Amino acid sequence: MLLQTDNITKTYQLDGIKVHALRGVSLGIEKGEFVAVMGPSGSGKSTLMHILGALDTPTSGSYFLEGKDVSQASDEALSEVRNQKIGFVFQAYNLLPRATALKNVITPLIYAGVGKKERVRRAKEVLISVGLGDRLENRPNQLSGGEIQRVAIARALVTNPSVILADEPTGNLDTKSGDELMKILQGLNESGHTIIVVTHEAYIAEYAKRIIHLRDGEVVDGL
Amino acid sequence: MDFEETLSTSFEALILNKTRTALSVLGIVVGIASVIALITLGQGSQKAISDQIESLGSNLLTVMPGAQVMGSVRSYMGSVTTLTYEDAKAIAKSPQITAVEAVSAELIRNTQVVAGRANTNTMITGVMPAYAQIRKLEMESGVFISQRDLDSQTKVAVLGPQTVSDLFGEGTDPVGENIRINKINFRVVGVTESKGGGGFFNQDDVVFIPLTTAQKQVFGQDHVNTISIAAKNEELMEQAQNEVGYLLLTLHNLPEPEQADFSIMSQEDIIGAMTEVTSTFTALLSGIAAISLLVGGIGIMNIMLVTVIERTREIGLRKALGAKKKDIVAQFLVESVILTGAGGLLGIILGTLISLALVKMIGVPWTFSFNSYLLASGVSAIIGIVFGFYPAYKASNLSPIEALRYE
Repeated sequence: MLLQTDNITKTYQLDGIKVHALRGVSLGIEKGEFVAVMGPSGSGKSTLMHILGALDTPTSGSYFLEGKDVSQASDEALSEVRNQKIGFVFQAYNLLPRATALKNVITPLIYAGVGKKERVRRAKEVLISVGLGDRLENRPNQLSGGEIQRVAIARALVTNPSVILADEPTGNLDTKSGDELMKILQGLNESGHTIIVVTHEAYIAEYAKRIIHLRDGEVVDGL
Repeated sequence: MDFEETLSTSFEALILNKTRTALSVLGIVVGIASVIALITLGQGSQKAISDQIESLGSNLLTVMPGAQVMGSVRSYMGSVTTLTYEDAKAIAKSPQITAVEAVSAELIRNTQVVAGRANTNTMITGVMPAYAQIRKLEMESGVFISQRDLDSQTKVAVLGPQTVSDLFGEGTDPVGENIRINKINFRVVGVTESKGGGGFFNQDDVVFIPLTTAQKQVFGQDHVNTISIAAKNEELMEQAQNEVGYLLLTLHNLPEPEQADFSIMSQEDIIGAMTEVTSTFTALLSGIAAISLLVGGIGIMNIMLVTVIERTREIGLRKALGAKKKDIVAQFLVESVILTGAGGLLGIILGTLISLALVKMIGVPWTFSFNSYLLASGVSAIIGIVFGFYPAYKASNLSPIEALRYE
């Protein structure tokens, strides 16, 4: 099992009221899977995504990533987990606005402590692999929405992570670019990458091999 | 995260907001520039004072009216009238005094001096003939005041070179000409060589006349302002000081040394007192300048806080990509240190230019003080760290989820 959650809950205090975002979610994802997490807004899918992505820790329960419990890890340890094991693709416009495509892709490698020549070489390689070899020096404002998301995929791939987490990756794209993006993700899955996509759109979820439905903080289908 | 990347990221961010960057740096520039200018000026005037006093000779003792208080002069010179010409004559003649080589009493007043159509306000100094020897004055032309001039109250004057050029024009020899002091005609008999210096302590802007003439005919005074004494050599300074002190106590009918109505100061004492005054002044002015630095620092903090808020999403994204707290702290600290460092550098340049201009205007020597430059650079870097730390810390503590959600 690549990642496994064991009865995780998440409770927030929102204006003095307790909000139960997750009410005991247990699921496992194998290496090489392509999973879509679906659910209406408020279902807890974003919270689940944050915990799976080591951006947050659960209130109770445990979360094993490659056999290691990260549910109680410190801030610093979580930073390392995110850097080494997880590749994020957020909604559009989550690139560093002042940095070129190349610089954006290099950034996680800087935090990983990879040497200068090596990180430039690796970043160029993945950018070429997503078809942006001629866009290396362009800034986000000179790129189309589809291109921006391809830079984001390249950035997620460059550290060679265990899992790629995409949070509403087609949220700001038209249907055509959305389809293209999902095809890229599908291709990556076929070449062995584990991919989790969080979405509320059924046609996006169709690309996945398995769909997990969430409702009111519980898994209702897809285990 | 490696330093080179942090540095280039910070530069990119700063260049993006040129006007804002320039304005926030301005506070530091002004602060550092004023510190540099004031310290340089203070040290310059200190050097000017000690150079001047030093040039008078190291075996010189000065007796001043008024008691000595904690090593500094208590009363305004001339406001106490306890010293007389007779005191000076007694010191010169007393058999008990063995360590003294020469004595001169002086009466000093600032007065208008007229020569033909030219006139100038200068320092009229009534002196005894030994004055030239004590103060190491050399003659450019003519002779100095003689004992015969003193005895018969003749109306002769010796001019300093600055006074000569003020009254007669530069390069002329006025010996034999007449000048008028308080409507009394004086014949110029000599011109002294330049002692250099300028500003407040110009020793060349002076007219010497016989002490007796000054007392009886020009100013109508019985007292003198100072008595200058040359010890036989430097080793005998203390002995000379004691001998003169006891003699004056006896002459003034004062049984206890604590009652002394005069003070005897060596050049070192005078330099010490003057230095104390200028140091206090310099410290005060530097303190005011330091406050402007503090204000500049607060400006930097303000700008950095705004920057952190503006870049909340960026911070969240960087954290999601694996940046640790220390990476975020480093990035914002480097940015604020670049700001204050650049401000410090510009401030040093500006401060140096200002001090050069001021020094030229006031006429004190310009001194290069490596320490004040080091201090200024250090202070500006520290301001960057101190005032940049809170915003950087705030940035590093942002939760990545919150930060990514920020619009």
